[in-house]
Amino acid sequence: MSDASAIKDERVKDTSSLRRALIRPELGAMVGTVAVFTFFILFAGDSGMFNAQGVMNWSVVSAQFMIIAVGACMLMIAGEFDLSVGSMIGFAGMSIAIFSVTWGWPVWLAIIVTFAICVSIGALNGYIVVRTGLPSFIVTLAALFILRGFTIYFPQVIERRTIIGGVSDAAAGDWLAPLFGGKIGQPLFAWLGENGVISVFERGARAGQPVVDGVPMLIVWALALVIFGHVLLTRTRFGNWIFASGGDAQAARYVGVPVNRVKILMFMFTAFCATVFATCQVMEFGSAGADRGLLKEFEAIIAVVIGGALLTGGYGSVIGAALGALIFGVVQQGLFFANVESSLFRVFLGVILLFAVILNTYIRRIITGER
Amino acid sequence: MSIPASTSGAPIIEMRDIQKHFGAVIALSGVSFDIRPGECHCLLGDNGAGKSTFIKTMSGVHKPTAGEILFNGRPMRFDSPRDAMEAGVATVYQDLAMIPLMSVTRNFWMGREPTRRIGPLRFMDFATANAVTMAEMARMGIALRSPDQAVGTLSGGERQTVAIARAVHFGARVLILDEPTSALGVRQTANVLATIDKVRQKGVGVVFITHNVRHALAVGDRFTVLNRGRTLGCAERGRITPDALQDMMAGGQEMATLEGSLGGTV
Repeated sequence: MSDASAIKDERVKDTSSLRRALIRPELGAMVGTVAVFTFFILFAGDSGMFNAQGVMNWSVVSAQFMIIAVGACMLMIAGEFDLSVGSMIGFAGMSIAIFSVTWGWPVWLAIIVTFAICVSIGALNGYIVVRTGLPSFIVTLAALFILRGFTIYFPQVIERRTIIGGVSDAAAGDWLAPLFGGKIGQPLFAWLGENGVISVFERGARAGQPVVDGVPMLIVWALALVIFGHVLLTRTRFGNWIFASGGDAQAARYVGVPVNRVKILMFMFTAFCATVFATCQVMEFGSAGADRGLLKEFEAIIAVVIGGALLTGGYGSVIGAALGALIFGVVQQGLFFANVESSLFRVFLGVILLFAVILNTYIRRIITGER
Repeated sequence: MSIPASTSGAPIIEMRDIQKHFGAVIALSGVSFDIRPGECHCLLGDNGAGKSTFIKTMSGVHKPTAGEILFNGRPMRFDSPRDAMEAGVATVYQDLAMIPLMSVTRNFWMGREPTRRIGPLRFMDFATANAVTMAEMARMGIALRSPDQAVGTLSGGERQTVAIARAVHFGARVLILDEPTSALGVRQTANVLATIDKVRQKGVGVVFITHNVRHALAVGDRFTVLNRGRTLGCAERGRITPDALQDMMAGGQEMATLEGSLGGTV
């Protein structure tokens, strides 16, 4: 190693450690996160947005975005898109409801079979993409329509309606359902309530209980998936293969990276994330609707792009995507707290998207030497 | 540059009368070629002569329609590039050598990442990977700011060098370089040619594909010229003049007329 440091190229400029720490794929999303929080602390600081209930409110929404953003991020880095995420959410939710309510299966079986079906559909999407060489944009656009069509068709034919309720009753006492619909940390929150850290209900049936009684499993899933995705991507051999598959599939193949397998697995992972989202949603609402998950694929992609990923693949960060999802959730809920007309959400989002992408492109050019 | 003594050894790979047909198109109609340890064997030919098809046959991408491949004197069939790589045949493609968005370390180890076990999980061993990458790059004379530096920040010649260093590090006995100098400037070309010389001195057989006679003559020990899918001839260093080589590549007659009109500048 001493040799390496001895050779000095006069054209390699010394860069400060601060600059090196800042110049990273997530920088755009970090700046965006700071900007968004600053904005809402200034304009909605006293609206209840930052008390226990308020925090839980935007955390849950952000966590929803995070779950699908992690899958979309890894798939995008592997060089592919999945536009069927939203339809998959509707399809998976409907599948659980039909199996458990209409057909009377135990909920755990309905959940497991739904996961198997959806991940298989993800694999099929991936298989078609790598076999035909068609753009995944087109293949999954087809899947978007096919899955949404079935999501409306099946409940209409079977139950003559497009919303199936009663999942909560079916899930009572089930061993698997709490993994998606339950909460953790109740004793901690009860203790926090008793000690006045968070407020408690003053009257009604739940008097004395803390206003926030636990962390929903949805948030646990989001954090677990973010950590899993980040570690897989940056710390493992498979992560290197994901970058390589999206960076230049042919170059990766020449050195023996199983590019097709990597891509198909990422399609399956995206479908898995969509199914986690759907399962949590069905357990929370107790029902499945044929219109659930509309436009979620674009929200996931926007979060990923705010997070610094390159649309053409080979570059990106799961942490960035998670921050993108956080920005998304905070803005959507924050405008409500700040008493701003909610249609401005889209304006705000478009502006953030534009600025984040401009900043991200600039940073990426510095890092990768693109010209 | 003198010819290393080891060039006289037995060939590592011998390709005999290789033919390759793609449907009705005859891409190769009888090409013979061999490569010995420690030599640089240049494969010359104009565009469409079949150079690319031929090296893809050698590196396991294509299977020959007819002909024999001997590896260390024994008949051999490579079913995939992976097979060829495992046997020690590494190919560096002109523009597919590296992924610019990824770091030098990630590129260097791509497909062969070292892993470290923590409990039941396996992680990529970045400490080892970075240290080896920096050391190998320093040996090839490239000063990296850090192993995290993206390959996109390197020059074209440096990228080729990283690819060559990678192939040699992973035990290549035959290194196929597909037009490594065609997109490079003068200085960078010189660097790549120097790298070829370093690699050859380690006893690796280098197959250097080019259509630039001067680059070939600078490092080549032997020269084989392809034309229209056939071996046109094979010459040893010092037994052929640059002009003769140039003429052979272009198919003789037409080139002579062209050269006349261009004042001998080609």
